[in-house]
Parts: sequence; C-alpha cells; structure tokens
Amino acid sequence: MKLVKNAAGRMVPLKVNGQPQIPFKGIGKFKPGGGTASVKINSCADFPDDGNKVVETLKVALKKAGLRDGMTISTHHHLRNGDILTNYLFDTIKSMGVKNIRWYPSASFPCHEHLLRYLKDGTIHHIEGSMNGPLGKFTSEGKMKGTGILRSHGGRYQAVQDGEVKIDIAVIAAPTADPFGNATGDRGPSACGLLGFALADSEYANKVIVVTDNLVPFPCYPWQIQGNNVDYVVKIDSLGDPSKIVSGTTEVTKSPDRLLIAEYVAEFLEEAGIMRDGFSFQAGAGGTNLAFAVYLKERMKAKGIKARFIRGGSTKYLVEMLEEGLTDFILDGQTFDLEGVRSMRENANHVNTSPFTSYNYHGKGNFASIVDAVVLGATEVDLNFNANVVTHSDGYLLHGIGGWQNCLFSKCTILAIPSFRDRIPVIVDEVNTLVGPGQLIDVIITERGIAINPRRKDLLHKLKNSTLPVKSIKELYKEVIDICGKPAKPKTDKKKIVAVIKWVDGTLLDSVYKVK
Amino acid sequence: MKSKKAYAGKRGDKVRSDCYIELKIKRTGGLKIDLKSKVHSMYGESIVQLLEELCDHFSIFHADVYCEDFGALPFTIMARFESAVKRIDGDCQIEYLPLFNKANKYVSKNDSLRRSRLYLPGNEPKFFPNAGLHSPDGIILDLEDSVAPSEKDAAQILVRNALRSVDFYDAERMVRINQLPKGLDDLKYIVPNNVHVILIPKCESATQIKNVEREVEFLREIHKIKYPIYFMPIIESALGVEKAYEIATASSSNCALAVGLEDYTADIGAERTKAGTESFTARTRILNAAKAAGIQAIDTVFSDVSDTEGLIESVLEAKSLGFEGKGCIHPRQIKTIHKYFSPNSEEIEKAKKIVLAYDKAIREGLGVVSMGSKMIDAPIVKRALRIVNLGILNGQIPTNWKNN
Repeated sequence: MKLVKNAAGRMVPLKVNGQPQIPFKGIGKFKPGGGTASVKINSCADFPDDGNKVVETLKVALKKAGLRDGMTISTHHHLRNGDILTNYLFDTIKSMGVKNIRWYPSASFPCHEHLLRYLKDGTIHHIEGSMNGPLGKFTSEGKMKGTGILRSHGGRYQAVQDGEVKIDIAVIAAPTADPFGNATGDRGPSACGLLGFALADSEYANKVIVVTDNLVPFPCYPWQIQGNNVDYVVKIDSLGDPSKIVSGTTEVTKSPDRLLIAEYVAEFLEEAGIMRDGFSFQAGAGGTNLAFAVYLKERMKAKGIKARFIRGGSTKYLVEMLEEGLTDFILDGQTFDLEGVRSMRENANHVNTSPFTSYNYHGKGNFASIVDAVVLGATEVDLNFNANVVTHSDGYLLHGIGGWQNCLFSKCTILAIPSFRDRIPVIVDEVNTLVGPGQLIDVIITERGIAINPRRKDLLHKLKNSTLPVKSIKELYKEVIDICGKPAKPKTDKKKIVAVIKWVDGTLLDSVYKVK
Repeated sequence: MKSKKAYAGKRGDKVRSDCYIELKIKRTGGLKIDLKSKVHSMYGESIVQLLEELCDHFSIFHADVYCEDFGALPFTIMARFESAVKRIDGDCQIEYLPLFNKANKYVSKNDSLRRSRLYLPGNEPKFFPNAGLHSPDGIILDLEDSVAPSEKDAAQILVRNALRSVDFYDAERMVRINQLPKGLDDLKYIVPNNVHVILIPKCESATQIKNVEREVEFLREIHKIKYPIYFMPIIESALGVEKAYEIATASSSNCALAVGLEDYTADIGAERTKAGTESFTARTRILNAAKAAGIQAIDTVFSDVSDTEGLIESVLEAKSLGFEGKGCIHPRQIKTIHKYFSPNSEEIEKAKKIVLAYDKAIREGLGVVSMGSKMIDAPIVKRALRIVNLGILNGQIPTNWKNN
C-alpha cells in the first residue's frame, strides 16, 4: 500500500478499498469541482396511485430493491443502543445469501456487536461510519475484510453528495410512518426525536425502505422524511428497546472531578465574554457537558442573560432552559431523553436540524460555524492542541467521529476533558490518531487547569487577570506525566492500515493501524 | 520467611486505580512475574520493571508474582507489594519508600485556616490524586473508621506512600490515626513523612494526648524532624465532653478541638437529628473548652451530600456559634463550606474600615484606634483583621484592597 504524507504530516494511503483518495490539504483548502451526485430519475407512474407502498416483509422489500452482493446499505443511529432493526436487517441479508455488503451507518453502538458474525462470515465487507466497542476491537485487530472509513456526520453527507458513496439501499428506522413513506421520529413507541441523520440517505439512495413499528394512516405529519423519496414501507413489531433509545431521564454526573471541569467551563464562558445576550452554545449529553449547561444556566440567570439558540443533543436540562425563557430556540441534532422528545413534539421553538443544515461541507455555509461556543470531549489532546476522539491510548478504535469534527468550526471550541483517566494520560505529547487539527481547537479545560491555544491571543488577553487556573498545555502535560509516568506508544503494525480518518471535506486526515 | 504466600490490594470489575498483588515465595526457580494490566500497552514494561526492583529491594529471588492492575499509580503498586511481603513476614522491617515529591515539602501553621477538611478513606488510592484540586483547607487520610480491620496494615503503608508522593496542592496534610492505643502504631508511618496535623479520634483524657505527644517526640528525634506537627483531638463521647478542657490543654501541639457526633449521639443513647438539639450542649462545651485553651473549634461533618440547603444552614449555624470549620465527606461540600464560613459583605465593609483605622493609628504612632468619635478595642481590631484575611482568602476582597 502506497502511503503519502499529507498537509498535517500524517501518512495516508492513496487508495482505500480500491477507491482513489485525496490526502488532507489543510483546513478549507480542498474545493472539488464538478457537480454533486445525482439520483436515478424516477417516474411517479411507477408507484401506486393510492400511495400505498407497504410490502409484507423487509425481505420482500430488499428483494424488490434488487439487493445483491457488494451493495452499499445505509442505516442511521437515532435508535442508539436500543436499535434492533439493524441487527434484524443483516440477519435478513444473511438469510438471502448476499455477501460483501458495504455497511454505511451514521454510527454504530455496542448493541451492534451482533454484527461481528457477519463481518466474520463475509456478509459485511467493511464498515464506513463508526466502529465502536466490539466492532472497533475487531477492526483494530485487522480482522475486517475491507478497510474501515470514519467520517463525521457532515462528512457522511458530503461523501454522498460527492458520489464517493453511492447508497444502493437505505433502510430508515421510522418510529412513526404512513403507507406513503412519510416518517417522523418524534412519536410512537420507539420515539427517538428526529431523523436528521437519515436525510441524505432518503434523498440520495437509489432505493429507500422505511421500516416502522407504528404505521398510521396517511398523512404522517409532521414528516421529517418525505414519502416522495421512499420506495417501500415495511411494518415490523418493534424497532428497538425504548429504554435504550432515549433514557427516561438524563442525569448530571456526580463525579466531583467532572463537576469541577464543568464549573470551570461555565466560568470560562462568562469571563471570556462569550456568555452575553443573544449568544449561542452547543452542549452534548456526556456527563461533563450536561453539567456545564447547568452551571452556565445559574450564571445566565444571575446576570439576566438570554441565549438566542442552543444546539443539542437535547436533554431535559436544555428543555428547561427553553421553557424558562433562557434561550429562544433549541436547534436539535438528536434527542437524548424523553423530555427532549416531548419538547421537540410540542414546542415549535425546539427545531430539528440535520447534518445538511449544520455540518455539510458542500452546503452554502452551515450552522456549526455560527455557534459561539461548543464544548466537546476527546480521548487525547497533544501539545499542538491536535485531538483524537476515535482511538484510545492503547491504539484501539473505540468511538466514532460523530459531529465532533464539524463542531470544531464553532467560534470557540472547548474540549472539556480529564487530564488523565485511571493512569491513562489524555494530555499527550502527540496524538495516536489525528481527528481534529489543533488549529481549530481553542481551549482545553481539565480538572488540573485550562490551556488556551496560543493562537487565541484574544482569549488569553481576556483571561489575563482571571482566578481560573490558566496554564500552558506544556505545564498540563508535565503535571500528568509526573503523576502517571510517560506512557509507551501503542504497538501497531505500520504496514497494515485497518481504517482511515476522513476530514470534513472528504480528504484523508490520518490512518489507523492494526494493533499488535 | 514462615508462610509462603500472601496477597494484597483489590481486584474486581469496579476497582479503579488500584491493583491486586499475589506473592508466592519459593525456594528455587527464580522470579516469575505475571502481569495483567488495564494499561498494559502504555505501562506494562515499566510495571514489570518496578515489580522486579521491588523483589530485589526485599531480597526476594525466587517467587511467583501475580499482579492484576487497574491503572494503579506507582506509589500504590509499591504499597500493595510491600503489604504482601509483610503479610508473609510480619517481622520484616524493610520499607520501600517512593521518592518524596518536592511539592510536598510545605509546612503548616498553628492557626492555619481550617474551614474544611476532606476525609479520604486511607485504603482507597483512587481518591488521592485529585482531592487537592477541590481546594479544601485540609485533607484527611483516614486510617480509622473508613478502613476495614483486615486492611489496617495495608492502609498504613498506602497512606505513608501517599504522603510522600501525592501532591495535595497546598492543602493541610492531615491523618486520622486509629483509636488509641492502636493509633500509636500508625505514627511511625506518618510522622517522618510531613504530616501536618494528626487527628486523634475518640479522645477521653489528657493522658491519651500525652501518649501521642511522647511517641511523636520520639519519632521526631529519630528522624531529625524540624517541621511542626499539630494535633486535633476529636471528642466523640460523653466522657470526652466532660474532659474537653483537660484534653484541649494537654499539649502545646494542639491546634484545634473537633466534634464527632455520630459516636457521641450513640454514646448518650440519642438519635442524631437534623435540628441537633441532642448534641447542642456537647458542641458548645467543646467549643468553649477549645476557646478557653486558645485553639480552634471545629464542627462535625454534614453527612447528606445531596442536601446543599441543609449544608448551608448547618454551616451558618456552626459559624454563629463560633466554630471555625467543618468536616467534609464529599469534595462538592467544600465550596459551600468556604462560602458560608466566610464573612458577609456587611461584615467585610465594617472590618475594612476598622483595619484602615488601625493602620492609620499605627502610622501616626497613636496608642488608640478610633473611628470617628468611637474608640475601637483591641479584640475588635483582631476580629476585623481576621475577617479581612478570610475575605481575601475567599476571593471576596482583592489582596491589594488598601490601594483602592
């Protein structure tokens, strides 16, 4: 395999799974010409006039969709760890004797461990999406037939628009749908909130199958997925385990160290002048992220400040802020708890968004860069502020990229992370896998102090007289190494690439190697 | 060595930052080290190296060493190994001392602020490295109630190693020893390792304090220790309350008297209530004894971590009685305790004026401090200075406030 050094100094292959690749050229440097991918032209004359596209089973739908060896099948991850459909889908594909599928999920979860058998027996050739938990371990050990490709949520949309990924059949899990194929995620026994991650699939796949466990008479309104893009509708008993799709209630972390980090984040946002009337921020569902929103809320209330919008993953904490008038809008990418789902259904100012509105490199701008501050996690951050979210310090793939890369374009990107976890340093000299260039990462907030990227002279200036523990990243690194010792690098086989990391524009940012 | 096999440390799914070590001494066959570690790829080699060094240090040349590691830091691995060795050979006098962290050399003062003191179970290494980040005035490594009787030996060694290598970020370094006489045996692990305050539980007589003092003096001499070591007797029984003044004045090393209510209420046969009427007399008597002896009075812990309102009330009540600090069982209590033990803005403004008047009197060489037509007595000046100092420590007043 021929490797070249890209603009970030990382070695990447020129071909992956037989497809030519472009090495990373720098942020905002790569602008492909030509047109976006198009879909096969359809005629409504080919579809039933009564609008009833229901077929008996998923198997029948797949057969009608022309499923065969080597196809690309896409799924979305709004059902999270409660997803039963994807496992059932591949059971069905296997029963049809079809092989070498390129699986294109928007993310995978531990529940998809079931699919290991299909990676082993060749039903699935490789995964382009995220390789979490057991799938990550399988991939890292070099056992997957093809090479994994990790993309951000925005990158997934971009890859479809670029024609790099041509989805043959999209299978969309719809908590509520009508026979025409209109579908929504905000209601039904398997309600998950929204279906934004399946938007590109519904628009660009050759064949679109909507699978629901709550079929309602036409029209299903509001429709998040338009039936006009849908070929077949299948009714099954259950899409998933509701308790694992959204949690009944999300709780703020009880860890004192994480709460300390969250408190620092809130204080930083106030002292840096980011928390001001009409501002915006993004908060996720991780323990620390949830807690920082709670602390920020206290500070906003004390100062009488109101946000214009908050970007979710929404939780009851963000919903409370919306209902108490501390923000005009929630622009939601996914809902994490029942309160989030309820609010999205009932409150017109709780708006559902998609990778197209928020993250897409080929959009004429996107929401992510409008956000004043975003608070994210990471598995590793290095002395150049480069960060990693996909591999752990032992070299194993463990997480997907999600919207993480896309969010880095916010006006102030904050990584709120512990400086080490159980002797595993999170602040390192050099990241094992580069997923986010340090150029876009502004602030690292740990329990041991806050490091501001030297590029952000404005923030350094604002925090000059702060009582917050502002330190250099080198000081933080030294503290961690003094406590943990200097870790050895993971032993990997530099000749065997098991997965590649795409940048948001579709170029190759880094490679992930087989763990020895 | 009599018995040939022993183990120390912890293992299991929920164990973090600790390790389990099994040591089997043999007659022949050399060393066999078997390591399973959660951080194998990063620290596997260095852990094996450390285990070899430990074997060498304790002159163990033929043994099976099995180590299951859950991200233990080196000071913990060292402690667990030493515990295993000493469980095989109870007479072994050899110690394996981790390097003394330079950051740990600071000393304390008699009248240091002691608003909050955070209890850390002495045999739980996972809580140690980050405890100081929450900025308690003091950190207590506990050898007493939080340590199972079967693990007392392991906790002594672990606490010793922690005092040497863990940075507690300027918090006062305290250790609660076991109830006497067992507690006397704890002293040799802590006195040579820059302990600042020794908490002596369940005190009921001056003799107990004097016994601790004698042992500490003995160890100070052997180890040529110059830094001060203070005592904080904890009164937790009816008899202790009766003897409070005797205890408070038993040693010039006493810096404070503390109240322990769980045991006290049990001792008098009462239920511990939120209102606390059953212990009010005991608390004020202990407080009075402390003040009479010229040392600090420290209140008991507030044990409901989730009840912030209750904690605030409890702190305000303790402050109003004259207590200067409280125990904490969770880092999240620290900020609240500091905030509500601190003076309010009215108190601060008044104190600032008094301090300025005092400065003026000194500048002008006057024997009397006065504000307007009013004369200010010395105790009031002292109180004002203390309030301003607290205000500065709490970040309520800038250090350079006199310039503004």
